[in-house]
Order: sequence, then C-alpha cells, then structure tokens
Amino acid sequence: MKSWEVVIGLETHAQLRTRSKIFSGSSVAFGAEPNRQASAVDIALPGVLPVLNREAVLCAIKFGLAVNGNIAPRSVFARKNYFYPDLPKGYQISQFELPVVSGGGLAIRLGQGDEMREKLVHLTRAHLEEDAGKSLHEDFHGKTGIDLNRAGTPLLEIVSEPEMRSSAEAVAYAKALHALVQWIGICDGNMQEGSFRCDANVSVRPLGQKEFGTRREIKNLNSFRFMQQAIDFEVQWQINEIEEGRAIRQATVLFDPDSGETRAMRSKEDAHDYRYFPDPDLLPLEITPGWIEEVRAALPELPQAMKARFEADYGLSAYDAATLTASRGMADYFSRTVDVAGRERAKLCANWVINDVRRFMTGGTRDDVGEPVASEVRDGTPGRDAIRVSAESLARLIARITDGTISNAGAKKAFVELWTGPQLDVDEVINRLGLKQMNDGGALEKIIDEVLAANAKSVEEYRAGKEKAFNALVGQVMKASKGKANPQQVGELLKKKLGG
Amino acid sequence: MINASLKQLAAALAEKRISAVELATLFLDRIERLNPALNAFITIDREKTLAQARAVDVSGKLGAGDTAQRSLLAGIPLAHKDIFCTEGWRTTCGSKMLANFVSPYDAHVVEKLAAAGMVTLGKLNMDEFAMGSSNETSYFGAVKNPWDRARVPGGSSGGSAAAIAARLAPAVTGTDTGGSIRQPAALCGLTGLKPTYGVVSRYGMIAFASSLDQAGPMAKSAEDCALLLTAMAGFDSRDSTSLERPAEDYSRELEKPLSGLKIGLPKEFFGEGMEPDVRAAVDAALAEYRKLGATTVEVSLPNSALSVPAYYVIAPAEASSNLSRFDGVRYGYRAPEYSDLADMYSKTRAQGFGAEVKRRILIGSYVLSHGYYDAYYLQAQKIRRLIAADFSAAFGECDVIMGPTAPSVAFAFGAKSADPVQMYLSDIYTISTNLAGLPGMSLPCGFGQGGLPVGLQIIGRWFDEARMLNAAHQYQRVTDWHTRLPEGVQ
Repeated sequence: MKSWEVVIGLETHAQLRTRSKIFSGSSVAFGAEPNRQASAVDIALPGVLPVLNREAVLCAIKFGLAVNGNIAPRSVFARKNYFYPDLPKGYQISQFELPVVSGGGLAIRLGQGDEMREKLVHLTRAHLEEDAGKSLHEDFHGKTGIDLNRAGTPLLEIVSEPEMRSSAEAVAYAKALHALVQWIGICDGNMQEGSFRCDANVSVRPLGQKEFGTRREIKNLNSFRFMQQAIDFEVQWQINEIEEGRAIRQATVLFDPDSGETRAMRSKEDAHDYRYFPDPDLLPLEITPGWIEEVRAALPELPQAMKARFEADYGLSAYDAATLTASRGMADYFSRTVDVAGRERAKLCANWVINDVRRFMTGGTRDDVGEPVASEVRDGTPGRDAIRVSAESLARLIARITDGTISNAGAKKAFVELWTGPQLDVDEVINRLGLKQMNDGGALEKIIDEVLAANAKSVEEYRAGKEKAFNALVGQVMKASKGKANPQQVGELLKKKLGG
Repeated sequence: MINASLKQLAAALAEKRISAVELATLFLDRIERLNPALNAFITIDREKTLAQARAVDVSGKLGAGDTAQRSLLAGIPLAHKDIFCTEGWRTTCGSKMLANFVSPYDAHVVEKLAAAGMVTLGKLNMDEFAMGSSNETSYFGAVKNPWDRARVPGGSSGGSAAAIAARLAPAVTGTDTGGSIRQPAALCGLTGLKPTYGVVSRYGMIAFASSLDQAGPMAKSAEDCALLLTAMAGFDSRDSTSLERPAEDYSRELEKPLSGLKIGLPKEFFGEGMEPDVRAAVDAALAEYRKLGATTVEVSLPNSALSVPAYYVIAPAEASSNLSRFDGVRYGYRAPEYSDLADMYSKTRAQGFGAEVKRRILIGSYVLSHGYYDAYYLQAQKIRRLIAADFSAAFGECDVIMGPTAPSVAFAFGAKSADPVQMYLSDIYTISTNLAGLPGMSLPCGFGQGGLPVGLQIIGRWFDEARMLNAAHQYQRVTDWHTRLPEGVQ
C-alpha cells in the first residue's frame, strides 16, 4: 500500500472589531432585527458610494505586524462581480492583485508536554474585504428573505501557504490564528456568530511526490471539531478515490456535521469569472511608514515574545509557557497573579493557572472554542469564558500556601469555594471552611504527646525500623487535629520526639 | 424674465419685483405649454415645486443682496437631470429599470443647490443611464431639439439642454462622462461646463462610469455657469474621489481682459471629420478671440485618435459593474413572471434595460473577462495615461485649448442610431478631456447648416475652471450667439 501525504492550506475570514462597516457608517453589532443596520450604502441604492473605514485598515496593519508580514505602502480595492440576492451591489469590494498584507508566518504548536514541537506556517497574504448579507431560506412566508445587516461588515481574509500536513496541524494553525486575532484585539473570535470562519483547501499526494494533488475546498468550517472531522473525512475520501482509480476533480465542498461527510457544491467547470478590476470609487489605499510605526508602538507584547520571557524570567518549561500564552486573557491573568504573588512564586502560579484555573474553565470539552478567552468576572456577571477567581485572589491563596497558613489540599478546597461560591475574600473563605493549619507549636505538641501515649505499639514498631508506623502516627495526629495540623510540622515534631 | 440672467433674477427677487412662487409658476406654466412637444422633462410636480418656492419666500434667504452666492441663487428655479437622486422625487435615469423609483435621499449636488435656496422645477429627460449622444435611448422617448424638432438635442443631457434652449428653466444640472454636458450644449446653443474630475461630488449621481462621470452646470451664459458651479462644487466626505480643496468663487476672474491669453489649437481637432459649417463658426470665434487680445498657437495631442476606443473599453467596463445593482431584488423593475432566481435576473435585466445599455454591459463584461482584461482594460488604462500626458505637454505651450465641441450641428433623429460607431464619434472631441480628468466647456459660437447652433469647446488645465469661464464670458460680452432664441420659444 502506498503512503499518502496530506496537504492543507487554510483561508480564514476574521470579522474585524470595528464600530462601523468597512464602507459605510452603519453599526456592525450582532443580532439586530433584519435590515435595521443597513444604510443606503449597504443596500446599494442608486448613486451611493463607498468610503473606507480607517479602523479596518488599522486592524490589517496590526495583523501584518503581528505575523511579521509586509504591509503594502499602496494596495488596491477591486470589485469581484457576481450576482446573488444578498450581494446588493452585484459585486463585492475586496482586494485582488495588491493586498494590504503579504507574507509573514504563524508559529503553531504540536504535541503535549515535553513532546511539544513548534512549526512555522507561512502566510500568503491577508486582504481587506466586505462581507455579504444573509439569505434567509426558512420561515419567510415560503420565500427567501434577505437580511443586509451583515452586508459591508469588515473582514480580513487570511490565506496560508499549503503547509499543513494533517488535520491536527490545520486545527493547531486555526487555533493559533484564532488566539492571535483576539490577542491583538482585531476580532472577537466568536465562531458561533461567524466572526471567525475557515475554508480548508485539501489535497493528497503520494509521499515523496513534489507536485501537489488536485485540491478540493471545504467551505465555511465554523468549529475546530468540524474542521478536524471534515478534513479527516475528505482526506480518506480522496485517498479512496485515487486508489480506486478515479481522479480528483477540483471542486468546492460543504461539510455536513450530521452525516460527518463532505459533499461537492460546485465543480471548477461552473466556477464564476469574477471580472475583477480596480474599484474606481475608491482611491488606492496608502499606508505611510509613520502610520505603521504608530501602530507598532501601541501593539501589545505578542505571544511569542511573552512565551520567551516566561521561560527566561520565570524558568517555566516551553510547554507551560506556551500553554499560558495560548490566549491573551490567560496570559494577562497569569501575569497579574505573578505580579501580586511575587516572582519567586511564579512557578507555583503557573501550576495553579495551568492545572486548576484552566481545568475549571474548560471542563475538558472546549474544543469548539479553542483556548478560553479568559475574561474575568465583572460586575458579578460571569461571561462564557470567565475566570471566576480574580488574579489577586489566586495570588493571595498561593501566598497562604507558602506562608504555611493552609495546606495544598486546603488550598484546593478554598479554590473550589472561591470559584463556585459567592465572591469572598480568600482569608474569609479559609476561616469559614476552617482550613487554617495548626501552626501553634504548644497545642500541637500536646496532641502529639497524647497520640504517642495512646499508640505505644506503633512507637515500638517505628523504633524497630518500620517506616510505615511513622506514617500511621502522622495520620493519627492529623486526625486528632481535625486536619488542621501542618503535616510537615507534624513530621518534624514527631521525629524530634521519637528520636529524642 | 425668461431671458434674464441669474443675477438679474436674483435682483428681481431681492427687490421683491417678483416672488419665488411667481417665478416658479412662470416656468411651470411654460413647461406645461411647451414640454409636450419637446419632451425635455420626465417628471414635474407643481405642488412640490410651489411648496419649495413658498418656503424660500418666507425663509429670509431672499434679498440678502450681494453677501454670498448662496443667497444670490435663492428663489431661482432650476431642474435636475434625472440622474441625480432627489428626495421624494421619482429618479429614473431615463430607464424603465427605475421608472418607479422614488429616491429616499438627495444627491450632494441637489442638497447643495437646495441649501442655496434654489427651487426644483422637475426632473429632466436623458439617454438611458447617460449612455447616448442623441437622447434617443431614453425609455421616456427622445427629447426634441428646440431649434428643429426633427433633430436630436444631443446627449446624454439632452433634456437639460432643451430645457435651457426653450427657456423652460433658467438653470439646469447635467453630467458628463464623455461629452454629455458639452455636446448637447453645443447642439442646443447654450453654455455648459464639465469641471475637473473630483471638483463636484458624485454622491447621489447614478453612476455610469465612475472614473469619468462628473456633474456640471448648464445655462444661458458663462456668467450663470460660474454662479452655479460655485454653488455645486465642494468637498464631500461621502465621495472618496471628491477632492479636498479650498472653496472657490468661480466668478472671480470673469471680468479679466484676455490680452496675453495663449490659446492652443490641437491640429488633431482641426483635421478631417469636422463639418465645414462647424469649422467656419469655430474659425470666426477664434478670430474674435484674437481681437480680444488672445494669441493662438498650434499644439498637438498625438494620441487623441485613441481616445474613442479607450473610452469604449473603460466606460462600458465600469458601467457593466455599476449597473449590476439593478437586479430586481430590492427596488426598481422586476419581471412579472420568472421560474427561478437566474430567470428572474435575466428577465428583469432583459426587460428593464434598453438596447444601448445592454450593448455596453456586454462590451464591458467582455473586456473585463478572464483572459481579455490585460488586452483591453489594462491597455486602455495605459492609453488614458498617454492622453493625459499629451494634454500636460500641450499646456506647456498654452493656457487653454480651443476647438469644436462636436463635429457637426444637430443631426436628424435616426441618422446615426443604426450605427453605434458613428454615434460614438459624435463625442470625438470631448471624450479625451474625461479620460484626462480635465475641465471642458462648450459655448455657442454661431450657426451652421439649417440655422443650427455650433459650439466652441474650451479645455482648461486641471482646476482652471475660473480661467475658462473668464475666456467664455469675455467672448459672450462681445457676441450675442448665446442670447439667440429658437423660433417659437418666446
């Protein structure tokens, strides 16, 4: 049997977080009643003209800088002509020959823990364009309704080179891109509302062959789980076709989540001739070096740089540093925790954030939304990705472990209470749950003396060299202290007494 | 009153010798009487017009004297080419496609002239989507030339030209993509100006070819055009191609003497193709200019022969895309019966557009299609740059360029409608200025065959409208061609 190599390139549409549309002043807020956010420009009345929203350009510049791409000093908007009822002008304003960003790359991470490795996926280009409206085919008096609220919403279409070699790599790329656009604040990343959607170009070729196979494009993947499923199905389908002697024909396909299959929508033969040409209503987009520098100065620390800093400054492993910088919210949360808890406790902070905070947020089933955005609770109304324990509280909790006030086990209990209960002060929770360790030497000694007196047999066994007996004695002391004794202190005192 | 200049009308209004309502009524009555034979108007609405006039009468905008042009034009009626979206008015663009379209908003030009207090008399007939040089492509029927009703008024602003010639309005708006202001101005004996591209906002002007379209005034004289242009021009943030420049008073140079003015005469404009009667009138006008102190010098525009072919690639290409929005989905005409979406599109557009519009959509789609784009569209854009460079070089030797506006006087209905190329050649002298983005104007300079008007074209440097208007006004001070009236108009 032949071995096959999978080749995947992704085209991603990220909806830009601007206040208004890319060529009109209408709002882009999600969920308004149909056509309430459609101005004369959006519905393409005769005589109206587009005016470029500079906020959208700003987003493109941020992205170009974040992926280390080239930002074109002069790029051109072009018309992509085709007829569809939710495309009011009969053309989409996009960029064709001269896109605003070209080149650059995105680091993706594959594997877990010490097995983790990085791969750089190169980008072909990123260009600005407007979204179309929506056709509502269901429940509209038996006809198709048109909602133009979304028409003119600004998009950045980000095109990767065909450098992914498995569905896992494709998903890792999509997740890294998803995190990055949110990190730099240009996209809200909401996949359910369509703010971030991917098309995957998939082909296979015999291992070792240089030329690409014929690709098919899977359209509109709006979840990472579907992306994985769709690519896996498509790859297997293509391999089967070829092995059974049928050639792959270039086509656009859709993924049906119910059947788990991809199905051809249209073939290349009925592809449109879009008759691209420069839009004469818009001047070429000129971006000065000064503007780029202004944006660069205001850009937040990027994930790669922050990851390197965490490794160097806090001695974190590459995997931990990568996990903490997988989303801006998580990274910010960790940074604030360390700021309060102190650098010397950074590793402990990292463990808590990675193991406890993340586990509570993800609940293990978050593959559709990738890394949690990790916004903190504000005004007592936690959002979907809310961390319900503030960085300050977590830092205080960690401080209470290191100063011996509570045990690690006690801290876990306190954390659960802080997460699920009312928003209380850390010390209040410790008190309320009675988690404070018995650090008063006199009271502890008294308990130890009583335990030693009542367990003469264990004492004897210990002295005869049975280590197990010692653990039993510690257990008895802990029990007698109702768990409030500091186990470490108990051990030390016991050893002193038995040795003396 | 119907022959009065805009300044004279303003004075009459300021001195309360007439009210805005009376003035509007006077022209509405003329329209009612004369328009049926001329077909210059597509829409009139007496009530709306009079309500607007009444509002101006009580607004206090009248009688503000000589403070600013804005108040100077208050109360003066004007009519808009039906390409300008006018709130509450039917705006058809001369097409069945928009025969029932009532605009919910005002074009920038409409807004500015209304803000100046001008009163809308109605909407003027035009070639469908401004595609034509004879007004024969209008869905609402051809406009008749007031000088000879068997002849065309020119196009596409034929309704605008006929309305001024027949004194149905003291001022009108027009648009010019390849000569659509200047050619009908020439054929109907009036003065019209196409400004530098970007001087007047295109917002609300239904697009034909976006990189060429420009709105401008048409009136009885250069002096009137200067006043109108001053009110129409200005930066508009809603049009990305609108130029941010300080406001200009286009009347400021009208009275300057012409001594020292260097007039360039492109040898390519004076060769074959120009009818002898047109040549005689233009030559006489140039002699008059020399008497006024100007000198003439021969210049060359070597690529002007390429202007018509380049134009008929670029303009249809842009139009084919601009007209895609007329799809029967949201407004305008929709075919009454269709089987599915594709059928709805094709029936709607087949029935809603006339033959010339369809021809240009086909040409435009063809030149933009995959595999032909480089050979046609890109090539035409290169020619466009060559033509602009020709003008730049010519203006190194002269201040303004003069020549004929159109190769012949008004032709008979049907004379060219069977041969599109012959029709396209009507704009041979005007198209190159659109390709270069230059300002151009036409003014009456005599009469040719059949006693029909001949137009003299003046082309200026970019943003040199004031100087062109000065040259035109000085000529009109010593000639009376622009005051002549067609028979039966008075």
